[in-house]
Amino acid sequence: MTLKKTALGLALAGAIGGFAAPAAAQDQIYINHNSYRTGPFSGSGIPIGDGVKDYFALLNARDGGIGGVKIAYEECETGYDTRKSVECYEQAKSKGTVIYAPWSTGAALAAIPRAHIDKIPILSMAYGLSASASGQTFPWVFNPPVTYWDGASVFLRYIAGREGGFDKLKGKTIGLVHLDAPFGKEPIPVLEAFAKEHGFNLKLYPIAASEMQNQSSTWLGIRRDRPDWIYMMGWGAMNPTGIREAARSGFPMDKFVSVWWPGEDDVRPVGAQAKGFKVLTWHQVGQTFPAMQEIQKLVIDKGLSQTPRDKVGEHIYGKGIYEAVMISEAIRNAQKVTGKKVVNGEDVRRGLETLDITAERWKELGLEGFTSPLKLSCADHNGANPLFILEWDGTKFVKTSDPMPPVRDKVQPLIDEAAKSYATSNAGWPSRTETCDKAS
Amino acid sequence: MFYRDAGQYKSSYAADRAVFPLREDRIGLAVILLVAFVAIPLFAGDFVIKTVMMPFLVFSLAAIGLNILTGYTGLISLGTAGFMGVGAYACYKLTTYFPGVNIIVWILASGFFSAAVGVLFGLPSLRIKGFYLAVATLAAQFFLQWCFIRIPWLYNYNTSGAIEVPTRTLFGVPITGATAAIEVRYLILLSAVVLMTWLASNLVHGRFGRMWMAVRDMDIAAELMGIRLLHTKLLAFAVSSFYAGVAGALLVFIWLGGAEAGDVFAIRQSFLILFMIIIGGLGSLVGSFMGAAFISALPTILKFGLPAMGIPIAGATAEHLNFMVIGALIIFFLIVEPHGLARLWQIAKQKLRIWPFPY
Amino acid sequence: MDVLYKIFIEPFALMGSAPDLLVQTVWEGLVAGVLYALIALGFVLIFKASGVFNFAQGIMVVFAALTLVGLHEKGVPAWLAVILALVVMFGLALTIERVVLRPLVNQPDIILFMATFGITYFLIGFGESVFGGNPKVMIADELYLPRGVTDVEMLGGRVSFQHLDVAAAIIASVMIAALAVFFQYTRIGRALRAVADSHKAALSVGISLNQIWVIVWFTAGVVALVTGIMWGARSDVSFALEVIALKALPVLILGGFTSIPGAIVGGLIIGVGEKIGEFYWGGLLGGGIETWLAYFIALAFLLFRPQGLFGEKIIERI
Repeated sequence: MTLKKTALGLALAGAIGGFAAPAAAQDQIYINHNSYRTGPFSGSGIPIGDGVKDYFALLNARDGGIGGVKIAYEECETGYDTRKSVECYEQAKSKGTVIYAPWSTGAALAAIPRAHIDKIPILSMAYGLSASASGQTFPWVFNPPVTYWDGASVFLRYIAGREGGFDKLKGKTIGLVHLDAPFGKEPIPVLEAFAKEHGFNLKLYPIAASEMQNQSSTWLGIRRDRPDWIYMMGWGAMNPTGIREAARSGFPMDKFVSVWWPGEDDVRPVGAQAKGFKVLTWHQVGQTFPAMQEIQKLVIDKGLSQTPRDKVGEHIYGKGIYEAVMISEAIRNAQKVTGKKVVNGEDVRRGLETLDITAERWKELGLEGFTSPLKLSCADHNGANPLFILEWDGTKFVKTSDPMPPVRDKVQPLIDEAAKSYATSNAGWPSRTETCDKAS
Repeated sequence: MFYRDAGQYKSSYAADRAVFPLREDRIGLAVILLVAFVAIPLFAGDFVIKTVMMPFLVFSLAAIGLNILTGYTGLISLGTAGFMGVGAYACYKLTTYFPGVNIIVWILASGFFSAAVGVLFGLPSLRIKGFYLAVATLAAQFFLQWCFIRIPWLYNYNTSGAIEVPTRTLFGVPITGATAAIEVRYLILLSAVVLMTWLASNLVHGRFGRMWMAVRDMDIAAELMGIRLLHTKLLAFAVSSFYAGVAGALLVFIWLGGAEAGDVFAIRQSFLILFMIIIGGLGSLVGSFMGAAFISALPTILKFGLPAMGIPIAGATAEHLNFMVIGALIIFFLIVEPHGLARLWQIAKQKLRIWPFPY
Repeated sequence: MDVLYKIFIEPFALMGSAPDLLVQTVWEGLVAGVLYALIALGFVLIFKASGVFNFAQGIMVVFAALTLVGLHEKGVPAWLAVILALVVMFGLALTIERVVLRPLVNQPDIILFMATFGITYFLIGFGESVFGGNPKVMIADELYLPRGVTDVEMLGGRVSFQHLDVAAAIIASVMIAALAVFFQYTRIGRALRAVADSHKAALSVGISLNQIWVIVWFTAGVVALVTGIMWGARSDVSFALEVIALKALPVLILGGFTSIPGAIVGGLIIGVGEKIGEFYWGGLLGGGIETWLAYFIALAFLLFRPQGLFGEKIIERI
């Protein structure tokens, strides 16, 4: 009996020991990307996943990968669950991914301490830990092109412009409707700092994740307080409901600005009533870009993707494209910097630090006018790109403002301080030893 | 035939009352411990330890805690995840204020904080019973979850709004934080779970366990027999929350190493832990482990194991299929054996004992 | 003192100075309450007839709405989609009765509760794999649900009534009335009440339990479909709705697990209570107290009436 059990135990141990799959084949670059096509946040997760996937499919179909090396792209479903994200991280690591895109603040937080040990760069595009903009403290974490703090500062810059200067903000009331989670509370320190300086009132309207689709009391509170402007930090099902409730409660849509996550699908049901609703973002929408048309022609029409043809180029889909461009350009850079064809995580980290996507480069990529140039450095892992306003005209988003740069002289001290406090509270945080490459 | 108790004589009361009266059981346990302590750290990869073994152990501990309350005392609670959160935050605050004291001490001590909170929310149990009580404990769950987000003092005013696990060492070896080797963290976790299981086993087999079971079977009858209901029920709440708290602290500090608490201590987790003990077996410690394995490890194994075995499903489809398979399996096992996997195991043992004869 | 002022004086001062807002808050609370009551109603129906605490009610709401919208997306006209969604819900009731309830008959409550969790998991996976996981827009216009809003000038302010909310309240009331008539005056309804009173006695007078269960689960499915349409029209049809269904739980403890009027009154109390609490006192604690306030309201009631507002008195014997 005991023999049998021992044998069984050993066999079991062997079996489970063996099932972490070996690294990918040597002639390709492996990317494992978190996604959530299920669960309460799938409304945001699906278009992003589609965008990233289609862009890599395009690179493989059109150019045969990057620098002649095929990209093996794989999605790992997380359902926006930290637990599953951890599983995905471990899988991505064991399969030798060259980059990790957590797509949830919780997952990013769980992975950040491991990045420098596992040698996998983390790319959290405009989310995650704002402090990770500091390359000095977080050599392995990247959050281009802006942080939530930058976003809040651009929002204030925009409304100051509309009101006629920062000094006109005095006495105004600004409301922040936010998901009651670390993500949603992110801009509060920036808004508070500005409120103190310019003398406006900040009102907070938290919405718990379980109440995302039940916001009526929040909007009643907004009716009571009559804020002059509203800034929304929403995600998943919170966005469409928030926009709907705003329209229901008669809040002037023109004064309703959101951080960069709502997509067309979130606004469309409200239709004409949402006219004037604004989204702060850093890239254009539309299918006119050559790259988008190539995706339609070479990927979707060929049956390589399930993305509906008309969704290509929509707002959140574009975010997926933007992220995929960053990753692929970082890989290209890494190939240049190291001279290797098949790069690994360490190389891609160097590629990201030397990332420099100029306006000409965007044009070459078939995305002229899509966004502003992005340049990262060893110290700056963010770029602090300018943002502009996309306004809903009743049927689609249109760009209605010039790009506005973040108020970095206000945000930078916050980033530095937060990075420092992260390093101290995570006692034993290593100081940077990674060397810095010259941009190529 | 495999499980022969013939020839194993008990010559003292102590031997007769032993938890594992059979030699085979003791050997089996030793083998399991050997595999867990030696074979797994040596042979299993990071992936298996991190995504299968560690969550399994953490949730086993939480399930044992809930089993003490629900399985042994008959009080249903849906606040387990909230109590786990209390443990995690208590541990975080303690280790920030007293970084000199060993983290293991604080992980165990944090259980007392959640025990106190548990007693507080256990007070209504004197008047409310059954599903009514279950829903009442949801108040604890939602309130605590709200506190974790709303009280910045709890997370030391971090801008990330989450627990950031500092590196702490034991005998110079890092056991928490990013630099701690996964095997070390696993062994710490395993030791804690084994220790606390042993403790729980002694509790439920002793006087307290009998009191709890008397209350479970009929509380009025128990009261008439001289068991003080208030004390007994609150003690069950305290012990149960203690286990949950320690499990929560272990979850954040040893397993995840930093996490957004609104997510890991959400209501869904409370339900999952309740389901672990139901499918594993109410009032059974072994059942807690089996249930945790079923609910916590099975989805992971299905998700990553199937593609590894060459069944080509991936992404969202796999997730959907996973949900359906798990749902179907839960129903299947309930129909096969409503008293849980632990009962199945008992039946199997019985069969082994008399095999190859039918009786 | 300042805190006391904010707790005891300021909210009431606001109520007095802006009565229109108070009316609006109560109205929003009532609408939410009606919807909570509908979900709770589904629970109560099933609990009464089969003693099952149906964890899957929330996912049934999502599943029903998703079926409706998903079918419409695939080109089925709206009226046919409604009928087909009803057929699907009937099929679901039939399947649950055959596969889950019948083999588990006479098991302890908690086992049946657990089984409904299995159903939940299965339905999540099944629904998403058939219709996709992306949130969908409820086909409110195709179902002739009214849009628009009526603003009423009253009490020195404006109170707006969304036509959709008015419709939701009316539809819910009609449905509850219909159910009441159904239970009171039809043969099946009487059989149902008999089953709720005592399974054994009902069996002994020749009532088929299995048949009753199918009917009850189907009725709960219909209620779920209506709830799904209403919530869906207010926000979106997505799996995030499942969480809202948990709001029915405090309603249940307030109203009692076995009482239909209890579910309705409980729903309204919880709906109004939490909106008023959040609106007037939420700011004191930084807002967002809605998530737990309902439970505390219910708990407070429960300490005085452990069987719920309308529940049957618990008599304990040895």
